[in-house]
Amino acid sequence: MTIAMDFPSINPDFSPRLVLTGITKRYPAVVANDGISLAVMPGEIHAVLGENGAGKSTLMKIAYGVVKPDEGTILWEGRYQHIANPAQARRMGIGMVFQHFSLFETLTVAENIAQSLDAQMPASALAARITEVSEKYGLPVAPHRLVHSMSVGERQRVEIVRCLLQQPKLLIMDEPTSVLTPQAVQTLFATLRQLASEGCSILYISHKLDEIRSLCDRATVLRNGRVSGTAIPANESNDSLARMMIGNELSACHLEPQETGEVRLDVDKLSQTTIDPFGTALKEINLAVKSGEIVGIAGISGNGQKELLAALSGESLNPRASSIVLMGEAAGRLNPAQRRRLGLTFVPEERLGRGAVPAMSLAQNALLTGARHGLVRYGLMRHAAIRRFARDVIARFGVKCGGEQSAASSLSGGNLQKFIVGRETMLQPKVMIVAQPTWGVDVGAAQLIWQALIDLRSQGVALLIISEEIEELFTISDRICVLADGRLSPQVRLADTSVEQIGNWMSGNFSALSANSDADGQPDKHGAHVKQENNLAQA
Amino acid sequence: MLKLERRPAPSKVMTIASPLIAALAMLLTGIVIFTLLGKDPQQAFYVFFIKPLQTMYGFGELLLKATPLLLCALGLALGFRSNVWNIGAEGQLTIGAITGGGVALWLGDSTTAWGLPLMLAAGALGGMTWAAIPAYLRNRFNTSEILVSLMLVYIAQLLLSYLVHGPWRDPQGYNFPQSKAFGDAFLIPLLMDGTRTNWGFILALILALASWSFSRWTYAGYRMQVAGHAPAAAAYAGYSNKGNVWMALMISGAMAGLAGICEVAGPIGQLQAEISPGYGFAAIIVAWIGRLHPLGIVLGSLLMSLLYLGGESAQMQMALPSAITGLFQGLLLFYLLAADLFIQFRIKSIKPARTPEARSVATEAA
Repeated sequence: MTIAMDFPSINPDFSPRLVLTGITKRYPAVVANDGISLAVMPGEIHAVLGENGAGKSTLMKIAYGVVKPDEGTILWEGRYQHIANPAQARRMGIGMVFQHFSLFETLTVAENIAQSLDAQMPASALAARITEVSEKYGLPVAPHRLVHSMSVGERQRVEIVRCLLQQPKLLIMDEPTSVLTPQAVQTLFATLRQLASEGCSILYISHKLDEIRSLCDRATVLRNGRVSGTAIPANESNDSLARMMIGNELSACHLEPQETGEVRLDVDKLSQTTIDPFGTALKEINLAVKSGEIVGIAGISGNGQKELLAALSGESLNPRASSIVLMGEAAGRLNPAQRRRLGLTFVPEERLGRGAVPAMSLAQNALLTGARHGLVRYGLMRHAAIRRFARDVIARFGVKCGGEQSAASSLSGGNLQKFIVGRETMLQPKVMIVAQPTWGVDVGAAQLIWQALIDLRSQGVALLIISEEIEELFTISDRICVLADGRLSPQVRLADTSVEQIGNWMSGNFSALSANSDADGQPDKHGAHVKQENNLAQA
Repeated sequence: MLKLERRPAPSKVMTIASPLIAALAMLLTGIVIFTLLGKDPQQAFYVFFIKPLQTMYGFGELLLKATPLLLCALGLALGFRSNVWNIGAEGQLTIGAITGGGVALWLGDSTTAWGLPLMLAAGALGGMTWAAIPAYLRNRFNTSEILVSLMLVYIAQLLLSYLVHGPWRDPQGYNFPQSKAFGDAFLIPLLMDGTRTNWGFILALILALASWSFSRWTYAGYRMQVAGHAPAAAAYAGYSNKGNVWMALMISGAMAGLAGICEVAGPIGQLQAEISPGYGFAAIIVAWIGRLHPLGIVLGSLLMSLLYLGGESAQMQMALPSAITGLFQGLLLFYLLAADLFIQFRIKSIKPARTPEARSVATEAA
C-alpha cells in the first residue's frame, strides 16, 4: 500500500482502516461532495476541516451509512463495502457522535443507551458496563441519572460512552466542541488521545483551527465539496490552514479604543421564570451597555441565552418595567415593536423563520422590521422604497443572491445572516443586540459582519453580542461576561481577563467572586458588588 | 424505482396546475361513478356540466350561487394565509342572516332607502360577533379556533331554527317554519332581468378586488401574511399575534355575514330554517382550489357553483341522489390535496448505485 508511505508518522505495517475514493453526492440544488477521497489509518486522529457547507457532514454521513453516495467506493479494512445503514456501520465497528444529540430527555442515561444497542443486554449488566467504560476513558457518567438534568457537556459524554460500548474501530466526531467549555474541550481531547493510542481511528470534523492543530495527526481540507488540500496540522499555522479552507487570507478586525457615552441599555436585577420545563430561569441579571461599546456575553446555549434574548427583545415581558431600561425609559413591559421605536434593533439566532420569513422575497423581508424607516406611508406599503432599501442592504453587505426578489430561503445561511445584520444595521439603531452573529457563517462573511458591528460602535451605538464562540467575543468585545445557569457574571474589560478565566466562569464558577450574597440571600449586596466591578472595569 | 423527492423550491407551475388536475381527475372519477350507477356517462356529463349553463336563467343561477361562496371564501382565505383557521363560516353566515333578517323584520314595511345598507351592516356585524367568540377564546385561553368556530355552526343553525319555529314565525304562514317575507326595501335588486342574479355578485367582485389590494398594498395585509408564513418572525418583528387573530376572524366573519344577507335578501326573501346548502363549508374548498388568491377564488367559486347546479340537475333529470353534490365536492378536495403534494415534492426515478468494480483505489487515495 502506498498510502501510508507518505505519512511516516504512522506505522507502515498497518493498512488503512477506511479508504473513501471518489465520493460524490448530489442534492437537487448543490453538489455536496464532488469526488472526495481520503484514507484513515488505525490509531490516527484525522481531521476533516472546512467551512460550513463545504461538505464535511455529508461525507461523514456517507461513512456512517446515513446517506448513500451517488458515486464512489468505500474500502473498510481492505474490503469493499456498501454501508446500507447506520446499524450496519455499527456492526462493522464505526461509531458516530452527532453535532445534535439524539437523547430522550425524560429517560435515564442507561435507558437511552439501551435504546440504541443493537444487542440486548440486562439492565444491571448494562449499567455496570457504562460505569466501566466511563471510568476507563475518564468520562464520568452516572447510568441512572435523567438526561434532562445534565449539562450539554455531560450529554455529549453519554453519546460518546454509547459509541464506546460498541468498541468501535473508527469513531466519527461531528463538531464535538461547539457546545463545550474550554476546560471540557481539554478533557475530551485527553479521551480521544487515549482512544487513538489504543488503535481506534478517529475522524474529527471541525472548523476550529487551533483545536485541529493541537489534536490531529493529519487533516483533509474541504472546500465547496472538493478536497482542497491535505496537511499535517502540527506543521501548519492557522493562516495556512485557513487559506486552504477559504482560499484567501484572514484579514484581522480590531477595536480602536474609544470613549464610551451614556448608558443606553440598563438591566437591573432582571429575574424571569420560564414555562418551558427544560428552560432556564433568569436570576437577578445586572448589565449595562453604553453608547460606543460592545459587550459580549459568553456561555453555552441552554444557560438562559434564549430567555435573556426574549426578555431583552420584548418577546417575553417582565412585570417589573424598570428591570430593563432602554434609552432612559423603563421598557420591561414594552412589546418588541415599542422597544424598536426606542431605537433597539435585534438579530436573532434563528435566521430562517424568525429573523426572516423563508417564503418571502428579500424585499418583503426588508419590510419585516423596516416599516418605520419610510417603507410604509398611511398604512400602505411603498414597494419602490422597499425594493430600494433591500438593494442597499444587498449591495452594502455583499449578499450573494439573485436580487431583491429572491426568496429568503434560497440564500445560504451566511448570506442570509449578512442580509439580516445589514437590515438591522441600516435601521439606524441606538442599541443593537446580536445573537450568535457568525454561527454557521463562513470566515469571509464573519469578517464582514464583525466589521459592520465595529462600525456601529464607532457611530456610538451600544452593542450587546451573545455568542458561544469565545474567540469571536475576544475579537470584537470591549467588555465581556458569562451567562451560566441563568446568572450573569460581572462584566470585565478584555484586558483584565483571559480565555481561561472566561472558560472557568462558563461552568458557573463566578459566584465565589461576586455573590457571597447568593448564599445568604441578600440580592442587594450582589447587585452593588457587580456595579462596583463595572466601575473598576471602566476606571 | 420511484422516489418522492423534495423540490429545492416550491413549483410555481404545479401551484397553478394542481387545481386543474384536481378538476380533471374529479371529472374522470365522476364518469366512472356514473358508469357504475348504470347511467350513460356522456349524457350524465352533459346533464351535470353543460345543461345548467345553456340558458340565460341557468347562467344567472351560476352567478347567484357563486356569490355566497365567493364572499365566504375571500374572508376565509385571508385568515388561512395568516394561520387562522376559521372553519365556521357557515355559522357566521347563519348569524348574519339572522341579524340582517332581524332588521328587515323589525322595520317591516318601511320603504327607507337605508333599509338595505342597514341590513348589510347588521349582517356583517352579526357574522363578526359570531366570529369574535373563537377569536376571544383563542386569545384568552389558547383554544383551537377550528373546533370552536365549527361547533358554533350548529349552535347558530339551532338558533335560527328556534327563531323561525317560535318568535319570528309568520302568523299567516300556515305554521311553516319561516318568517314573514321581507319588504321590497330589504331585497337586493336584480342585476339582469330573467334571472335571479342580484347586485350581491357585483358586491362580491368588488370585495375580491379589495381583498387583493389589501394583501398587495397594505402593511396590515403584509403583517397577516408574515404571521401565516412564520409566526416566530411576526413575534420577532413585534406584530401582535392577538391582533392578527382578531383581524382574520373579524374579516372572515363579516364576509360570511354578508353572504348570509345575499341569500336571505336575495333568492330566499325571508328567514327559514334552512338558508344555505353548506356554502360556508364549500367555501373552504373554494379558498384552497383558488390558491387563497382572490382571482383564483372567483374562478373556484364558479366551479363550485356549477357543482351545486349540476347536482340539482342530475337529481331532477337522472334520478340521482342529492348526495351527488357532496360527492363531487369531496372528490375535488381529495384530488386537490393529493395534487398539492407535488408543489413541494417531485417524483424521481432512482438508478441503482454504481457497483464498485476493480478500480485502483489505493493509488488514487494516495
